[in-house]
Amino acid sequence: MSTVVGKPIRRVEDKRFITGQGRYTDDIKLHGMTYAVIIRSPYAHARIKSIDASAALKIKGVVAVFTGKDIEADGMGGIPTGWQVNLINGETMREPKHPILCTDKVRHVGDGVAVVIAEDLAIAEDAAELVQVNYEPLPAVAQVRDALAANAPKVHDELPDNLAFDWNIGDKEKTDAAFATAHHVTTLEFYNQRLVPNAIEPRSAIGHYEEGRDFYTLYTSTQNPHLIRLLMSAFVLQLPEHKVRVVGSDVGGGFGSKIFHYAEEALVTWASKKIKRPIKWTAARSESFVTDAHGRDHQTTVSMAFDKDGKILGLRGHTIAGMGAYLSTFAPAVPTYLHGTLLQGLYTTPAIYYKVDAVFTHTTAVDAYRGAGRPEATYLLERLMDTAAREMKIDPAELRFKNFIPPFDGVTQPGYQTQVALQYDSGNYAPTLHKALEIIDYKNFRKRQEEARKNGKFIGIGFSTFVEACGIAPSAVVGSLGARAGLYESAIVRVQPTGKVSVYTGSHSHGQGHETTFAQIVADSFGIPMEDVEIVHGDTEQIPFGMGTYGSRSLAVGGSAIMKSIDKIKEKGAKIAAHLLEANEADLVFAEGKWTVKGTDKSIPFQQVALTAYVPHNYPAGLEPGLDFSSFYDPLNFTFPFGAHIAEVEVEAETGEVKVTRYVSVDDVGTIINPMIVEGQLHGGIAQGIGQALYEGAFYDESGQLLQGTYMDYTMPRADNLPMFEHSTTVTPCPHNPLGAKGAGEAGTIASTPTIVNAIVDALSHLGVSNLEMPCTPARVWSAIQTAKGN
Amino acid sequence: MNVPITVTINGTAYTRDVEPRQLLVHFLRETLNLTGTHIGCDTSSCGACTIMLNGQTVKSCTLLAAQADGAEIMTVEGLATDGKLHPIQEGFWQEHGLQCGFCTPGMMMAGVQILKNNPNPTEEEIRHGLEGNFCRCTGYHNIVKSIQYAAKKSAAM
Repeated sequence: MSTVVGKPIRRVEDKRFITGQGRYTDDIKLHGMTYAVIIRSPYAHARIKSIDASAALKIKGVVAVFTGKDIEADGMGGIPTGWQVNLINGETMREPKHPILCTDKVRHVGDGVAVVIAEDLAIAEDAAELVQVNYEPLPAVAQVRDALAANAPKVHDELPDNLAFDWNIGDKEKTDAAFATAHHVTTLEFYNQRLVPNAIEPRSAIGHYEEGRDFYTLYTSTQNPHLIRLLMSAFVLQLPEHKVRVVGSDVGGGFGSKIFHYAEEALVTWASKKIKRPIKWTAARSESFVTDAHGRDHQTTVSMAFDKDGKILGLRGHTIAGMGAYLSTFAPAVPTYLHGTLLQGLYTTPAIYYKVDAVFTHTTAVDAYRGAGRPEATYLLERLMDTAAREMKIDPAELRFKNFIPPFDGVTQPGYQTQVALQYDSGNYAPTLHKALEIIDYKNFRKRQEEARKNGKFIGIGFSTFVEACGIAPSAVVGSLGARAGLYESAIVRVQPTGKVSVYTGSHSHGQGHETTFAQIVADSFGIPMEDVEIVHGDTEQIPFGMGTYGSRSLAVGGSAIMKSIDKIKEKGAKIAAHLLEANEADLVFAEGKWTVKGTDKSIPFQQVALTAYVPHNYPAGLEPGLDFSSFYDPLNFTFPFGAHIAEVEVEAETGEVKVTRYVSVDDVGTIINPMIVEGQLHGGIAQGIGQALYEGAFYDESGQLLQGTYMDYTMPRADNLPMFEHSTTVTPCPHNPLGAKGAGEAGTIASTPTIVNAIVDALSHLGVSNLEMPCTPARVWSAIQTAKGN
Repeated sequence: MNVPITVTINGTAYTRDVEPRQLLVHFLRETLNLTGTHIGCDTSSCGACTIMLNGQTVKSCTLLAAQADGAEIMTVEGLATDGKLHPIQEGFWQEHGLQCGFCTPGMMMAGVQILKNNPNPTEEEIRHGLEGNFCRCTGYHNIVKSIQYAAKKSAAM
């Protein structure tokens, strides 16, 4: 019986956060701790001619200054990437060294060249000012569209050019043939702009080497403690993994940017052994802007072919994807296996071909940012759909209904095999759009729009229907696609002698509420109150292994690992219960927290079985004591959540300012454990996607300077920029995991960006506006209006 | 040359010698270990460090500790009284007004100020009052509802 699953249970973790007792990495103080300030390049590309730290070292309280040469002298490696995508011609992916601190050259603004360690932060900052770095500035390439030009400055001298790899998917011949027969072709060319993730907690890392036991502890604001430990110990610092502990602590948002292994983590760990004291580094926001991996940065040209009835015949396109100066942990997967494989969308498109060139530029590394590849795929598909509808004079909702993949549940019907490798698990797309149309009252919209236009007001409506791939993913599949890690998840469920339950999960919350959602599952599974369940996460010393939280995978994969351990406990518990009840195991049922002999009132509670397992005086012969199981769950497939989002906007004709007046989302994320948390995930995701559409963008000038490097320049969405969101759901369970859950973390971001841009274009379409570059700032929208009017 | 200051924080008077250049937020976090007040930026934009100083919200990264001499300060640690949550804390908990929790202390302080100015604000007034605080997790929807909850709760008290 479900008592808490499916209900909007208030979050367990909130008590500490609302009382100021959260413990983020920067809140931690260790005995004898020192503070690090990293000296970073002000140039996008320069040769380091000399570094003189003598003046800094004279400051009282300065403990040490290290440069890249010191690290190199110790034989330390570079920061590795975790995904390998080879070139189309079979050549190995070009993977230049990503040094912890640069030795010869710097390759983006913010690249680290030295570290100053002092008794307190103010002293370290003072001393850092005195370190003289003599640079020889060199020409830089900052825009992805310029990176492959013959005369482009090279980011890595040892490579033939700035190509990291190229990649393609689909059937070119079949797609070209489909285009040859097309009645109509819609083409778009645009830049999906670079974004800065901007978790409000800046990254922080504390390295602590204990000489007495030759042991390293790294506290770090990460989504992924075990992966950081693995990458850092095996590839960067060559430390024995069992002598390294990584603690995630409370993490103040991540959105992808805290998945990756960063140079600062290795730096404080390495340097702590040098000075034999703990070292804390916390990013200033201006450092976050140039060192946290960015998102997007896709220069795209794409076309969709239709027959005369509006049926899609084919899709083909090309993206130049920015990698930044180095290959970050998951970067090669983002424009390829998280983007190209999503180009089926939820349409029956019979022929697809897509090519990606991944390039180096003298800019901050680009990697997975909320949605990671899927927002880019959805953006191009959904902009094409609304544009094609307008060009072909078909209603945009109607065009989608014409092309939806018919429903399939993945149980009685097989999954849907796409043209781009993936097989969708289950889907029922039309109901989400029907529901969204009804909520926003679409049937009356066009009349309102016409009336508004008569009064000089521009209102518009935009659509996005989407599918995404979450719950990443089967290890064998991702391994064949280039992942250098498995993507399973682990969980220990430990029933204590008193029947209280501790759960150790490899998923690591950075705001998602795992301590609540997972506790709901465990409480209902054992028929115990949620207060009797403790969820432990984020510490490699306590948790067997973990692949962390990203790609909307915690519930689908981490939750499923917990379910596996729960099943093992129930199975063993039944043996103990049968013994105590002197009954056959086959005659027992477990419900409402007790094992009962079917058809009788003889039962024994969960807590008594737990106690017996640890005090096994009267106990089944041959059975081990204890009630504690560890499991690894490797998913059978990705999960494929989907939905339909519709927004209404009002564009101020005189200023070009866009106001989102209504936002309706109907999402299908499979089975829902806590609807309040799911809705919260959607809200936040939608806000981030609206941020990209209207406000945010990280642009570099020709010399490689980031033009939006502070909150004074990079426009974050604020409370007064956003409406209340109208959210609804349909439920199509995932057929291949025990919870039926698909994941909800990224859907909002994936859907909302094209929804908003489509709505703005719709508002201005009567003037002849057909495309807008993001972010759709008042200046850009105003200019588009003026251009369309011929001014 | 350090400066002697006395500041009352959450009802307790603290007398300390501070460096003249020390920011108030660093004084709270580093000197007094009141780490509930957070630092999210270096341009006084994000509002994570918002506290109450003499009954008004300020970003504690915009003041020097020395400037707070003689002041009455309330931080997130002082919101609850005798183990009873403040209505704003209840609101954030009930309405899921937080996810990662990092902006939350500053957001709650902003909420207290909004309700102090106007016990019954409209949605628009609440959003206007939150302009100085960034949240990257919630899309603000539930933060608005949290403050509305606190308004109702306070009115009923």
